[in-house]
Amino acid sequence: MLVHSRTGRWTAWALFAVLFVPLFALPLLVIVAASFSTHWSGAFPSGPTTAHYTAAVRGESLQALTTSLVTAVTASLVALTVGTWAALASAAMGRRGRRILDALFMLPVAVPSVVVGLAVLVAFSQPPVLLNGTRWIVILAHTVLVTAFAHQSVSAAVRRLDPMYEQAAAGLGARPSYVLLRVRLPLLLPSLNAAAGLCFALSMGELSATMMLYPPDWLPLPVLIFTATDRGSLFTGSALAVILMAATLLALLAVSRIRTRASFR
Amino acid sequence: MNSGIRFDGVSVAYGGTTVLDHLDLTVEPGEVMALLGPSGSGKTTALRAVAGFVRPASGRVFIGGQDVTALPPYKRGIGMVVQQYALFPHLRVDANVAFGLKAQKAPKAEIPARVAEALEMTGMAAYARRYPRELSGGQQQRVAIARALAIRPRVLLLDEPLSALDARLRSGMLAELARLHRELPDVSILYVTHDQVEALTLADRIAVMDKARLQDCGTPQDLYRRPRTEFTASFVGNANLLPVTVAADGVLFEGAELKVPAADATPGSTATLCVRPHLVGLGDGPNALRGRVTEVQWRGSTHRLYVEVGGHRVKADVRELRETPALGTEVTLHFAPQDAVLLGAGVADG
Repeated sequence: MLVHSRTGRWTAWALFAVLFVPLFALPLLVIVAASFSTHWSGAFPSGPTTAHYTAAVRGESLQALTTSLVTAVTASLVALTVGTWAALASAAMGRRGRRILDALFMLPVAVPSVVVGLAVLVAFSQPPVLLNGTRWIVILAHTVLVTAFAHQSVSAAVRRLDPMYEQAAAGLGARPSYVLLRVRLPLLLPSLNAAAGLCFALSMGELSATMMLYPPDWLPLPVLIFTATDRGSLFTGSALAVILMAATLLALLAVSRIRTRASFR
Repeated sequence: MNSGIRFDGVSVAYGGTTVLDHLDLTVEPGEVMALLGPSGSGKTTALRAVAGFVRPASGRVFIGGQDVTALPPYKRGIGMVVQQYALFPHLRVDANVAFGLKAQKAPKAEIPARVAEALEMTGMAAYARRYPRELSGGQQQRVAIARALAIRPRVLLLDEPLSALDARLRSGMLAELARLHRELPDVSILYVTHDQVEALTLADRIAVMDKARLQDCGTPQDLYRRPRTEFTASFVGNANLLPVTVAADGVLFEGAELKVPAADATPGSTATLCVRPHLVGLGDGPNALRGRVTEVQWRGSTHRLYVEVGGHRVKADVRELRETPALGTEVTLHFAPQDAVLLGAGVADG
């Protein structure tokens, strides 16, 4: 441990509590409290009710949740495939090619997501590829945004992967495709898992690009939360926010439960 | 079976630095050839050129008479074991051993028997269902060897296979490797090591490498008793190298005349005299050298004496002494004429 003295340790904990509680924990707790309230009196919300939740799990809200889930799962899977492919390809390239490819895939992180949203909107509002007004334009934008993260975390893992495994496999007579399927991908599985979780969480919470693009029949949950609070329905918005939070956390928990044998190394 | 390896003028360079310089070497079918040298001598590069992990800048590599220079590693029919074992951590021991057979699409019905055979050969049959992480270093190395043998390779490439093991395990594994080679007499083995004991114990012939070049090649006895270069003499067996001048009937060293076989050396030229420390005796005899003791080391069954003879340090390994000479005392060393080897011109300080 870095801090040895007893008082030092207590001070560290106290400092942690002072910083963490108001900045991270309290706002989330207030949302949870607000989601059970009818009105706000003084410093605290009041009148415990579950009405917002009963409303939130049917009709428009339920549909927004499934929309978000379908968008996030699709975007994550596509992003993971493309990102992994690019990471493997860039590892096989020379230094120059690798730099260019990595920079290209980092672009959506560097560019504000509103700009990505606008770019996608402008690019796909005209034939030949007319996606505007369909769900696909939302899914496409999410994919573009999260692929950057998938690529980044998978390529970090590819770089860490010891080439001796690959060489041992090749020395045993395995062709490159066999090595990829039986050695490299299984060894990368823990990182692929983590990348999938990251992509899913990012897509579940994406608002700014989505706002530019969503068609009336494909309205993800963050947009619904925004419009609800914008209308002044703070408590309904809070209930939806708690549901979004819970759904994302549950999905991340499920992904992290997928233990892989390679992670026991 | 077509085994045997031939290097035909193989050079390898990394970004302008030559790491292997024009290697010509033939490993006969069924022969164990040790590539012995310090780190950076090019020995591992030579092995990787056979495996196909480095592409020679020039020259050809042949396996079993077939030019494999342009073939990818998976088409070369090799078995390879590396220092870090490189067992696949996500596969059990039996799946690790079966890996090469499955990759090469061996008949499905044959695989279990061949896996069992390879594990039996290396004494690892009881561990078939374990994961590599559940095994000790020595056991992992046995599995790595079983995995390489299961595909029945033409040549077996061993890259410092024992250097990650502790001393006791190492001597045990040396005996195992010697036994395995007796059981597989057709397989050529290329054994890369920096440890002269491993090379002397296991190899039919040793190729000594230094500074990207082949320095010497011969049977272990040959290299040990009749080294051709100073590098071989000092790297294999840590010899005394004394700068001498060739005389009519022997050599001159620091004023003393020594009788050594010097058949074709021209009198008056300088040369290096190589004498093994364990062949130097304490006390008077033929070829006596007088000097002052500078250090005494006790090594269990022997004493190592460092004696300064006219500015040169001479090492002598003598049977454990009852009374060790005190530092600074004058002693006489001797060696038999037939135990010395005269190396070509050039002066080096032992």
